[in-house]
Amino acid sequence: MFGTVTLELIKGLWTTVQIFILTLIFSLPLGLVLGVGSAGKWKILKRVIQVFVWIIRGTPLMLQLIIIFYGPGLWLGHNIWSGNESGRITATVVAFVINYACYFSVIFRGGIEGVPAGQREAGQVLGMTKSQIFFQITLLQMVKRVVPPMSNEIITLVKDTSLARIIAAYELTFAGFSFMKSAGITWPLFYTGVFYLAFIGILTLLFNYIEKKLDYFR
Amino acid sequence: MAILEVKNIGKHFGSTEVLKDVSFSLEEGNALAIIGSSGSGKTTLLRCLNFLEKPSQGEILVKGNAVFDASRPVKMSERELRRKRLHFGLVFQAFHLFPQYTALENVTLAEKLLAQEREDFKSNKKQIMEEILEHGNALLAQMGLADRATHYPHQLSGGQQQRVAIARALALKPDILCFDEPTSALDPELTGEVLKVIRSLAEQKTTMIIVTHEMAFARDVADQIIFMDEGYIVEQGDAKQVIDNPKEERTRQFLSRYSQG
Ligand SMILES: Nc1ncnc2c1ncn2[C@@H]1O[C@H](COP(=O)(O)OP(=O)(O)O)[C@@H](O)[C@H]1O
Ligand SMILES: [Mg+2]
Repeated sequence: MFGTVTLELIKGLWTTVQIFILTLIFSLPLGLVLGVGSAGKWKILKRVIQVFVWIIRGTPLMLQLIIIFYGPGLWLGHNIWSGNESGRITATVVAFVINYACYFSVIFRGGIEGVPAGQREAGQVLGMTKSQIFFQITLLQMVKRVVPPMSNEIITLVKDTSLARIIAAYELTFAGFSFMKSAGITWPLFYTGVFYLAFIGILTLLFNYIEKKLDYFR
Repeated sequence: MAILEVKNIGKHFGSTEVLKDVSFSLEEGNALAIIGSSGSGKTTLLRCLNFLEKPSQGEILVKGNAVFDASRPVKMSERELRRKRLHFGLVFQAFHLFPQYTALENVTLAEKLLAQEREDFKSNKKQIMEEILEHGNALLAQMGLADRATHYPHQLSGGQQQRVAIARALALKPDILCFDEPTSALDPELTGEVLKVIRSLAEQKTTMIIVTHEMAFARDVADQIIFMDEGYIVEQGDAKQVIDNPKEERTRQFLSRYSQG
């Protein structure tokens, strides 16, 4: 039994990892773009991003996921997500990317605005180009500011992947839960918890390492 | 001919006029001190010279060439703007050292980036880099910081940080080095070491503009003094004469506040 459960949980973990990685790959750059936009000069763009972020952060991710998965089918008359597992994962990733890009954008904006204007001006006075100022001066200071809030958000993402169960994506929590339904046993649920703890443990070590690496300056 | 001529500079932010008809000139090798109460436009003037602000009016000439002329607005390329900027250096009140770089890296960064644009950079890379490092180390030694080259800014005292900032500004050999209240952010016991360095630069005939509240220092070190009030130059002249024998009533009032306190 233990072996069967382990295999099923690994199967679920694989889906969880896919959602996690794909969400990061797309939401980090998108979040950066939104963050730069909302820290920039264009008033209208700032306003539009602000409202969008407000809506996304002000409503539950689960609700957004349900709308994105079921909405198109009801509005267009045909489901745009293929009915199999990969369709469910895709829909989940789309919902998560939109949601997490908004959270990341706020963090990136804080990072950009947190670098004092004097840093850029010192670079300008020394005849540096805009891109030299960004890459040689601002970027690393921004990264340093962004890492702690970002690690919190990314750890939350690991746990949020379990929401995909609502559209029947076979992720880790679903896999653990399936044994309770089929065999009436609860220990696989605790075993599932161990999987999450290990996943988050590894990430925590990674983030601690990065923070330490950036500890040499203030 | 004067190395710097500032003609009728005006600057407003929205409807507030911060600089009004500011004109002066500076001879090569001379030091000019600018004094005046807070809010009189001293920082804005230095920022205009360093292209951090764009004057609304007037003209700036370096060695007889217009580097800025408000009556003839031209779209400058970034390259051109950077070249013009390099006539000036600026030491900020709050240092603004780059925290992720050591003292030596702070001093050499801009020179390294600039060297990459040299045609012989690829073929001579090693030698060019060595020269830059040597130059940076020499500047730090000149500031009395030879043993602090590998320290990061947060490991240095305020006075040491400001001296690194001075070395950084000197690294690109600006024609005119500007200081914006270089000791105002320092604890009183640390101002001396920074003033000493500036004094020695004056002795070496570095062309400088120094905004300062240290009246005795300005009198001793500067050749010329400008007193500013509410965006105007109220009085300018020989340093000792302006401090010891001001012509204008407003200058006298301003100075009396300092001699008392
Ligand atoms: N970016 C800005 N926008 C609006 N007002 C400004 C700005 N910078 C400076 N000022 C105003 O200009 C005046 C002169 O400021 P400043 O040049 O810093 O004076 P000082 O350096 O002599 O204390 C002040 O009243 C200040 O509030
Ligand atoms: Mg000022």
